[in-house]
Amino acid sequence: MLAYIVRRLLYAIPILIGVNLLTFALFFVVNTPDDMARMQLGVKRVTPEAIAKWKAERGYDKPLFVNTGAAAGGVVTETIFFEKSARMFAGDFGRAEDGRDIAREIRTRMVPSLAIALPTFVLGLFVTVSFALLLAFFRATPLDFWGVVLCVAMMSISGLFYIIGGQYLFAKVFRLVPISGFGDGADALRFLVLPVLIGIVSGIGSSTRWYRTIFLEEINKDYVRTARAKGLSETAVMFGHVLRNALIPILTGVVVVIPLLFMGSLLTESFFGIPGLGSYTIDAINAQDFAVVRAMVFIGSLLYIVGLILTDISYTLVDPRIRFE
Amino acid sequence: MSIQPVLLWSDLFIWLLVAAGVAGAWWSARQPLLAAAWARVGRSRPGMAAATLLAVFALVGLLDSLHYRPQLPAKEGEKPAYAIEVLSALDALLAPLRTRVEKTYSAPLATRAYAKEMLDIRQPDGSVVKQRDYPRLRHGGASLGDDEGRAGADIAGRALSALAVAALAWLALCAGAARRVAAGDGVAFDTAWRRLWRGDTAFAWNAVLATLGVVLAVAAMLAGLAAEYHVFGTDKVGQDVLYQVLKSVRTALVIGLVTTLVTLPLAVFLGIVAGYFRGWLDDLIQYLYTTLNSIPGVLLIAAAVLMMQVLIDTHPQWFATAAERADLRLLALCFILGLTSWTGLARLLRGEALKLRELEYVQAAQAFGVSDLRILGRHLLPNLMHIVIIALVMDFSGLVLAEAVLSYVGIGVDPTMISFGTMINNARMELGREPVVWWSLTAAFTFMFVLVLAANLLADAVRDAFDPRLA
Repeated sequence: MLAYIVRRLLYAIPILIGVNLLTFALFFVVNTPDDMARMQLGVKRVTPEAIAKWKAERGYDKPLFVNTGAAAGGVVTETIFFEKSARMFAGDFGRAEDGRDIAREIRTRMVPSLAIALPTFVLGLFVTVSFALLLAFFRATPLDFWGVVLCVAMMSISGLFYIIGGQYLFAKVFRLVPISGFGDGADALRFLVLPVLIGIVSGIGSSTRWYRTIFLEEINKDYVRTARAKGLSETAVMFGHVLRNALIPILTGVVVVIPLLFMGSLLTESFFGIPGLGSYTIDAINAQDFAVVRAMVFIGSLLYIVGLILTDISYTLVDPRIRFE
Repeated sequence: MSIQPVLLWSDLFIWLLVAAGVAGAWWSARQPLLAAAWARVGRSRPGMAAATLLAVFALVGLLDSLHYRPQLPAKEGEKPAYAIEVLSALDALLAPLRTRVEKTYSAPLATRAYAKEMLDIRQPDGSVVKQRDYPRLRHGGASLGDDEGRAGADIAGRALSALAVAALAWLALCAGAARRVAAGDGVAFDTAWRRLWRGDTAFAWNAVLATLGVVLAVAAMLAGLAAEYHVFGTDKVGQDVLYQVLKSVRTALVIGLVTTLVTLPLAVFLGIVAGYFRGWLDDLIQYLYTTLNSIPGVLLIAAAVLMMQVLIDTHPQWFATAAERADLRLLALCFILGLTSWTGLARLLRGEALKLRELEYVQAAQAFGVSDLRILGRHLLPNLMHIVIIALVMDFSGLVLAEAVLSYVGIGVDPTMISFGTMINNARMELGREPVVWWSLTAAFTFMFVLVLAANLLADAVRDAFDPRLA
């Protein structure tokens, strides 16, 4: 088991290098730092001196990969690639356009992101699994039919509608909660209710349908028939057998997104003005702050790989049939 | 007035897709298995109702993909000059909607503007008094003149006469369908008519006709009222919302369809090659898609779109017109979405190809010395077709929804291009006004919902018909 995890961790290194090369190529080879400088400075203030100054301030005035002019050790290290990419592996993301340290910013913004994402995730999972179980229990009845119709309709509605509609209805018309913002401690609860609720509702459609299919697949298996033949009640079959076994594919499908919860939800956070990582990313995209976007891409892929490894481990924990050699 | 046809790049892709669709239909009609599966789709009533709706959307989108530049009024003896503005066949059809611009917001079917203004009111004795009031619209209900009280009756009259025309057209369509059923089954017309409405036909005619009835009624009412009113109101710059919604359809279709055109060859080729050859090729392709997959989708798209924006902004000389620039940006978005979304399908196809290559008929082909390329093309690809078709229809709705989100975030289509995303983005702040400006958002969300719902229903029908596990 330990050897397996170590091997998986080692396997993550080439992937991270690949991600880094890809984003580096996107940000620095497709467009030169000169192009970026022109973009940031705006049309009016573009002069060769201004561009040179902009590049020097941010360390973009070095060669891309190989610095032939530098001293022995500096051939590789005094390049844009090393300074802007290789240092990410050490957790050094550099500074944003406004001069703030990105790594620090990320650490402080993680908390609000998690405060939204974690309850949404846990409650959402509970709601959708219960709803799917209900539909599977009453399969081939009008309840099941209309439940599926509801799911298809709900997954056809844009996520933007849930947010805009929810904000309008609950915050503006009924004035139950503030429209946007964030507070400290217990005060934060007021601000959290609506985004969490909207997050849960917008996920119901597709997740419920997916879990319902898993339950129905499980119900048709032989051991379920055996359980019924033994004379077990339908309730005992559903909760004791079907639910427990269907949890394996559900759990493993869900574990992969747990680390990504840190990233926050781009839309929810920016609509509700929550100072988390999602709104940080959106602001960076709108301000064309390349350093921040690059850092978020790197962290995102790191978390995704962690999620994959966690998935594999959770497989072995919940399903004794799987062994890693 | 003469015109100069313009073929935008996205038009080219759209018409290529149409050609590919026709060729695909012709090809699958000759494949017994695929033809049988499509016949099962044809029997599905929700599927066919959805397909009818999608066909209407496609018609709007295709009309909007025939672009031209109108000729400017030229003096005698001069060479004809063409406008810089690129229009489409749909623009020409909707010319009244496009050109009748109000000053700013107005509510659906309104005759007066949304905001009060200082007005000169002419008194009976000839003097002029200044007064704050809602000004009359320039075009909305203009034919009523000063008799605004008649607006309600006028609207009802127009809607009813439009409905009557639609009902007549619909009855003619029903009769035509019944004649086809009668000819196909070799029965009398009235028997065919009864069979058709009982759903006792090989093709779900009743669903198609019922949907067409609703579509005709709505379209006729919209057309009848749009001649005189702004049916869905106007937006901030006074443009008709109905016109914007209809223009958005093409953008959504391009995003949903051209993206799959990019995804498909990549996913099919790399997936099958990885599964069939295994070894280092498999490792390489797996590494490629794990790396791409491990970057959260929105961020990868954001990074790519940001870079593309810099590229476009620093090379203004590449684009002759603003329409061309917006169009290329749309296409670039499709390519970026396609390049980031082929991984899922490729992984599915790889797994399936791994299974298929061990089957006897593939082994037999190998033993006979059939070349690898031939095995891939003749033995693997046809047996993976159902996965490709299912993935194709399943992806569409997700892409349409993604466009709106990306445009909201600022990494979607060009801000000057009309799309559901830009409409929502422009209108979302207006919910804070008092009274609320709700019509733009409602129209955009409703049309998007209908389009995506139809796509989802069709996708379900196609999956049920093609998935061998369910059969």
